Amino acid sequence: MLCECGKHEATIHEVIITSDKRKVERHLCEFCAREQGVSADPYIPIDQLISATNYIMGQALTQPADADAKGDQGMEPAHAKKSAPSAPSPKSPTSCVGCGLSFAHFKKHGLLGCPACYQTFCDRLGPMIERAHEGGCNHVGKVPKRALQSCKARGDQSQIETLLGDIRQREERLETLRQRLAKSISDEEYEKAAMLRDELTRLTTLASVQVEPRPMGESIESQQSS
Amino acid sequence: MQEAAFANNAEWLKGAGNASDVVMSSRVRLARNIAGFPFTPQASRVDRAQILEACKTRILNMQTQSPTRFMWIDLHKVQREDRDLLVERQLMSRQHARGKLSDGQGGLDEPRGVAVLIPDERVSIMVNEEDHIRLQTMKSGLALGSCLSEANTYDDLIENGLDYAYHPRFGYLTACPTNVGTGLRLSVMLHLPGLKMSGELEKVRRAARDMGLAVRGFYGEGSESPGEFFQISNQTTLGKSDEMLLREMEQDIIPKIVGYERAARQNMLANRREILEDQAWRALGTLRYARSMKTEEAMELLSMTRFGVLSGLIPDIAIDQIHTLLLATQPMHLQRTLGQALTQQQRRTARADLIRKKLAPPENESPVARDA
Repeated sequence: MLCECGKHEATIHEVIITSDKRKVERHLCEFCAREQGVSADPYIPIDQLISATNYIMGQALTQPADADAKGDQGMEPAHAKKSAPSAPSPKSPTSCVGCGLSFAHFKKHGLLGCPACYQTFCDRLGPMIERAHEGGCNHVGKVPKRALQSCKARGDQSQIETLLGDIRQREERLETLRQRLAKSISDEEYEKAAMLRDELTRLTTLASVQVEPRPMGESIESQQSS
Repeated sequence: MQEAAFANNAEWLKGAGNASDVVMSSRVRLARNIAGFPFTPQASRVDRAQILEACKTRILNMQTQSPTRFMWIDLHKVQREDRDLLVERQLMSRQHARGKLSDGQGGLDEPRGVAVLIPDERVSIMVNEEDHIRLQTMKSGLALGSCLSEANTYDDLIENGLDYAYHPRFGYLTACPTNVGTGLRLSVMLHLPGLKMSGELEKVRRAARDMGLAVRGFYGEGSESPGEFFQISNQTTLGKSDEMLLREMEQDIIPKIVGYERAARQNMLANRREILEDQAWRALGTLRYARSMKTEEAMELLSMTRFGVLSGLIPDIAIDQIHTLLLATQPMHLQRTLGQALTQQQRRTARADLIRKKLAPPENESPVARDA
C-alpha cells in the first residue's frame, strides 16, 4: 500500500476512533509520519491500543498524591454491612462460620473462602502456613495505615486490638522478635539484626504498648565496629 | 496529548537503571482484600460486582501526580483482543484475562477490571483476581526499592477509602495462604544468556529454588522461557517485613545472580569470542532478512541480539529498541498495530516485516567495511 504522498510504501498504519465513534484510518510512509507527528516507533501507548470505547480515565490533579490522605471520607466500611469474622469455635470446625467453606474444600483447591476462614481454621492452618513460609508464623511489617491512625485518634482500644492483637499477643510477638534478634547477633548477621531491631522499635511504637525493646539491639553497632 | 504520549515508552521497557544489562525489569505486587466480603473465588456474583464498583470508584478518585492518570477497563465488557493486549503488556495475568480462578470457577463475564497508570504504565491494579486487589508497580532495571515505595503509596491511597482484611497474627489476609502476611511479591525479569550458554543455568535455578524463590518464564506462572528471560520472585510473605524481603532480594540474592551472569558472559567472551560474535550476528542477520517468524523464534533471536549489543559485539542498536520489539512482535500487539485480524501465517509475515524495518542496517554498514 502506498502512502498518502504517493511516493513511498506506507509502513505506519494508524487507526483512530474519534469521539463520535468513527474509525479513521491513515496509512503513511515513515517520512510523512515523522512530518505529521505520528511516531514510526513500533511502541504505542496502551491507551491508544485499547479500543477507545472500552475504558474510562481517572483524573489527574495537580495536588501531590499524598494530599488524598486528608479529607477523604472513604466508603462505608464493608464489615458494617456484613457480619464481622466470628470468634473461633472451641472445637475444630469443619466449615467456616463466615462463608461456609469446608476445610476439605480448602485442602482440595488451596484457596480459603473469606477472612474469617483464617480464624475458623486457625489450628489446622497454622502449621501449614508455617511450612509454606519457612517457619514464619507471625506477620511482621506493614499495618493498614489509615485504619490504625483512625482507631488511635478515636482511642478505640478494641479496634486497635483487632489490628495489632491484644497486649499478650503483642508481647509474644515482641518476644519472638527479640529471640530472632539475639540469634542473628550471635550468628554475626548484623544487617539482619539491624532490620529486626528496627522492626522491634516500630512494633513497639505502633500502638501505645508500654513494652520497651531490650537494649540488646543497641549493641549492634558497637559489635559491628569491634 | 496523543503525540506527546508516543514519546513515552512504558517505563519497564526503557532498558535503563541499575544492573540493566542483566535485570530487564523489576516488579512489586501487593495482594489485598476488602474486609467483610468473601475472597473472590468464594464471592457471589453480587459480591464481586460490589467489590468491583467500590474499588473502581476508589481508584478513579485517587489523586495522581499530574500528568499521570488511571485508565480503568471493565474486563467483562471488553473483547478478547483488549484483554490479550493487557496480558502481553504485562499489566495483568492470563488468569485475570480468562476470568477463571485457579479452582476452575468463573468465566469471561465475571465482574472484574484493571486500572493502568497512564502514560508510562508503571502501575496497574487488578480487581477481582484471586484476591480483590492485586496492585503492581514495574520499572526498568533493578529497582525493587523504588517499586515497593510507589506500591506502598498507592496501597495507602486505596486503604484511605476501603477497609482491608487484616489479622494481627497473619497480616494482610489473602485467598491463598501462600500470599498471607505482607502480601508482597518482589520479582525481577532476568536475561541470562551467559549462564544458559555456559551450562550453569540449571545450577542457578536449583540454588534459587533452594533459597525459597520461584523461577518462572517471561509471562509468569506456567510460561516457558524463550530467549533466556526468567522471572525470579520471593515465595515467603509471612514472618519477614517488607524491608527484610526487599533487602534479601535487592542487596543479596539478585546481585549474586547478576554477578554470576556477568562472570559467565566475560568468561565466554574471553574464550569463545569468535563463536559468540558469529552467533550474535547470525541472530541479527536472521532478524534483518527473514520473511516469516514465530513469536518464540523472534524472542530467541532478539535475546541473542541483546546479548551481542551488551557485549559490544554489535554496534548501533539501542537496548530499548530490542525491548520494544519483544513487545511489539507479540501476536495481539502486531494485529492491533496493523489494525486488522491476521491468520497465524499472516502474523509471522507481519512480525518479520516489522523487525526487518526496525532493525534495518544503517546505509553505510557493509560486511566489507567491518572486515576492513
